[in-house]
Amino acid sequence: MISTLTAGLGLKPQHYDEALACPAAGLWFEVHPENYLVEGGPRLRWLDAIRERHPISLHGVALSLAADTTPDREHLRRLRQLADRIEPVLLSEHLAWSTWRGAYHPDLLPFPRTNEALARIVGNVDAAQAALGRRIAIENPSHYLRLQGHEWDEIPFLDELVRRTGCGLLLDVNNVHVSATNLGFDAAAYTDAFPGAAVMEIHLAGHSRDPALGDALLVDSHDAPVSEPVWALYERLVARIGPRPTLIERDDRLPPFEQLLAERERAHHALVPALAEAA
Amino acid sequence: MRVGSGMSLASFEDAFAHALFAEPREADPTVADLVAQPAFAVYRNTVTKSCIDALQANFPAVTRLVGEEWFRAAAAAYVARERPNTPSLQAYGATFAAFLAGFAPAAELPYLADVARLDRYWIESHGAVDAPVLDATGLVGTDPGVLAGAVLPPHPAARWAWFAESPVYSIWRDNRARATTGGELPWRSQGALLTRRADVVEWTEIDHAACRFLDACAAGRSLALAIDAALDADADANPARMIATLLHAGAVTRLIVPTDQPA
Repeated sequence: MISTLTAGLGLKPQHYDEALACPAAGLWFEVHPENYLVEGGPRLRWLDAIRERHPISLHGVALSLAADTTPDREHLRRLRQLADRIEPVLLSEHLAWSTWRGAYHPDLLPFPRTNEALARIVGNVDAAQAALGRRIAIENPSHYLRLQGHEWDEIPFLDELVRRTGCGLLLDVNNVHVSATNLGFDAAAYTDAFPGAAVMEIHLAGHSRDPALGDALLVDSHDAPVSEPVWALYERLVARIGPRPTLIERDDRLPPFEQLLAERERAHHALVPALAEAA
Repeated sequence: MRVGSGMSLASFEDAFAHALFAEPREADPTVADLVAQPAFAVYRNTVTKSCIDALQANFPAVTRLVGEEWFRAAAAAYVARERPNTPSLQAYGATFAAFLAGFAPAAELPYLADVARLDRYWIESHGAVDAPVLDATGLVGTDPGVLAGAVLPPHPAARWAWFAESPVYSIWRDNRARATTGGELPWRSQGALLTRRADVVEWTEIDHAACRFLDACAAGRSLALAIDAALDADADANPARMIATLLHAGAVTRLIVPTDQPA
């Protein structure tokens, strides 16, 4: 099934009618499940209607897998309920934390990649996969801070997480570009070293420059078209690991649907020859 | 300063979470070198902005009434006091109306907290569990004696409130619809009812008797007792017409007839 998915789009309520009617081949949509954890009403029926026409991916932002505690059981239960209803083609989360001691911080927060953190996250990914009854893909984060005290580099950390939990990975190429710029590493080398076999999904998004620091600090703001350096990294990645479902993520300063569809076409066309080759 | 090595994940997260909302000089020494980096502001700004954005999305009538700038300043004060306790941000702001009631800069707008309450009711109605709606024909043919002892539970998506002090419903409705209130708004008491008959949240004005009637229904009182409650509120109320109006609006989910009728 996954091999027939090409490029997808983040689904926004403003584009509902166009998304529902769009006939593009291989198209799928991704939503944040947190927006659909309601008991009933039009929001869920809206998602059901899209699901009847298109595959849906659930991209969670709030499981808080890197928090030093177990994932919220009630949140997992409701997520499972939504997943059983929607039957998502992909289910993903982040290598980050957001809920801590009862408070939800709406962001993806960093942590030192220590042995302790790895053990905690392995346990949390195991618990999440068991509760959800599905393999989940874990996304590489965007980095802004120079954080001391890492005992692991990010790629071996992710590699070990995959090895110990059987989870997959979601490679966000824009996050690589943003992090490489902010922390001063080589984005192409990182992408080349990323464990390709575990990649279940790819994300492409736009970023912005920090208003004060400009090019020295890129922000993963999802409010602009995908940049050319990110497209170049993406094409290089697909050439190496083969086709993977690829999402155009856009959350802010939403352009008309056709404009997103045009970006989506570009990713689709990068994947189609690779799909033919893989067939 | 080394962060991470020798420092537990939990202590790191305690210090980091605290620093997101604290003055930089108040940050725990273990994260002082992170807070000192200009990039720390990315996290600080994202967390605060996302909370304020969520409140603005959840309280559209309040926002329109006071203007975006005033709203965001009030929201920032609320965020400083109360963080979301769930990642479903449509649920954030459960106590925002109560906060506004005690918010000194809002003292000139005594109805603002109640407008926030109706914005909140809209969200609750929109996401409430699905349930059938009892329509007006649902009572036809039931023996009046049996009906008197029956219970009419409100629909899970129904929300109502009585505002004795001011025309909160009209203020909310006009700002919700981004309309301008035509002419002078008569200053009077008003009740509001929000329902979801099909897949759309609808609203209508109801009187004091209807509000007390629904309160009694929600408390599980029999129809006869609920009518008494309505007549206590307004001796001139017309129960048959009131019930027809409420059923038409979709305020009731079903008719529960007690199987064991008292003699």
